[in-house]
Amino acid sequence: MKIDKALIDYLEELSCLSLSEEEKIRLTGDLESILAAMDKLNELDTVGFQERNHPFDGVNSFREDIVLPSLERELVLQNAPQRNAEAFVVPKTVE
Amino acid sequence: MTAIEISAAIKAKKLTVLQVVEDYLKKIKEQNDVTNAFLYVAHEQALARAAEVQAQIDTGELDDSPLAGVPIGIKDNISTMGIETSCASKMLEGYTPVFNAFVIDKLEAAGMIILGKLNMDEFAMGGSSETGIKGAVRNPWDTARVAGGSSGGSAAVVASDLVPLALGTDTGGSIRQPCAFCGVTGIKPTYGAVSRYGAVAFASSLDQIGPIGGNIDDCAALLSVISGKDERDNTSVIDKPFAFGDSTDVKGMKIGIPRNYFSNGIDDEVKNAVLSAARTLEEQGVIIDEFDMPMLDYVVHVYYIIACAEASSNLARFDGIKYGYRSKNAETLAQVYRLSRSEGFGLEVKRRIMLGSFVLSSGYYDAYYKKAMQVRAIIKDEYSKLFQKYDMIISPVAQSTAYKIGENIDDPVKMYMNDLYTASVNLAGLPAAVLPCGFDAAGLPIGFQLIGDAFSEDKLVTAARAFQSVTDYHTKKAGGNNS
Repeated sequence: MKIDKALIDYLEELSCLSLSEEEKIRLTGDLESILAAMDKLNELDTVGFQERNHPFDGVNSFREDIVLPSLERELVLQNAPQRNAEAFVVPKTVE
Repeated sequence: MTAIEISAAIKAKKLTVLQVVEDYLKKIKEQNDVTNAFLYVAHEQALARAAEVQAQIDTGELDDSPLAGVPIGIKDNISTMGIETSCASKMLEGYTPVFNAFVIDKLEAAGMIILGKLNMDEFAMGGSSETGIKGAVRNPWDTARVAGGSSGGSAAVVASDLVPLALGTDTGGSIRQPCAFCGVTGIKPTYGAVSRYGAVAFASSLDQIGPIGGNIDDCAALLSVISGKDERDNTSVIDKPFAFGDSTDVKGMKIGIPRNYFSNGIDDEVKNAVLSAARTLEEQGVIIDEFDMPMLDYVVHVYYIIACAEASSNLARFDGIKYGYRSKNAETLAQVYRLSRSEGFGLEVKRRIMLGSFVLSSGYYDAYYKKAMQVRAIIKDEYSKLFQKYDMIISPVAQSTAYKIGENIDDPVKMYMNDLYTASVNLAGLPAAVLPCGFDAAGLPIGFQLIGDAFSEDKLVTAARAFQSVTDYHTKKAGGNNS
């Protein structure tokens, strides 16, 4: 299928990315050729087949509701790109 | 020496843990530039651990562990507490986990010693280990060629004997194809046999951690260590770790060969080596039978739709807030998300996120994602029927031996076709063992895989052991720069 600029912009939005013009041109071509290859699946009649999203049929696995310790706050904050003594720091989100 | 022999020599006091660790660290320092396989060497941690493990061995605490004192390398998408885990991505450069993956706790409890983290494709997305931020892994048999991917570093270090064992992950062939390209042994376990807790998720319904080593017994020993139930991974379903015996008895086992895997596009040398491996097993009493697997033509398509869909969701967590890269150019929160992701991810990762977003988007979901899930069901059903008839299936791993670095990097469709023989195993959640079975005219290794029914690892190991008991391909080591 044809990937136009509007679709690339929409996918960029869904993917939470900001692509450069060069990347957009590149990925437009790539997605077109990948999807053209994917269309091969249309050869198969799948009517009546239940979709499988997992290798095995799921069995609910219950466990007791036990309170276990979580990671300590200082550990959790250790890898933060920006932090203060007790929290992650982000740009102001309210006016 | 094999990994099991190293541990036995330590227990017999012929070697100390420190001697073994120092010997490997020295080799890594001298030779890592050849393959670029280690991203990070945990020098200090390994030396400190060596002393701890030696004390445990001396008190007899680790008598039951066949791998006590054995060094290991870890693919860089498996979380190691206190040791950088970057997934070979700018997004996670400098990220140091504050917890261990389940498998890391297990191998440390078994007295193994982590020597460092291994190069890979960025976020395990690739089949050549060329897309990582620190550059390509080079194949130790010919450094102008790829090591395969995405666990290219894990296969390359074992092939060049920089570690006796390594852990990789396999989402669509990422343990098996690099093992084939580097001439080493590996196991992609049944989905649910090994906890994924602490493995950085790529495609959660397909990912599985597995061992890479110099022979099947070392791999089986490591799989025994890392398998088993984990409360923190709801999909880890086996009650207790695998226990493998020492049988080589394959008499009467039925092995199927998919005839059409050998018809189109496969190199003659690869084809002949794999068929010859089948004959070797036949000579040991296996019954070989041919069949056709018509679904082969659709496997790669289904795999990429599902893997990219899951990846686009899994990688949403990388937003520049709690860990990982944050853009210096962002002023608003929305910009933190978008710019951090855009600057932190490489092109292949972006391509897969975009493709995943597409196949899940309104208007295209039914035609692509739903369709792929239906074909996945057909593939799973086909395998179920095959395993009513056969104990296992023998198959090539790749159509060729290792190709030149840069050869396929600009053609994603061609690159994706690398997974032709491997991805259906992940879609159906099955186990597979990969073993070296020859060399091409240029001296590059060839591998084949044995695919089994779910949780039939024991049979696979027996057949693999039978094969390696009468062949010596697995004993050959790459000599470094052969080009």
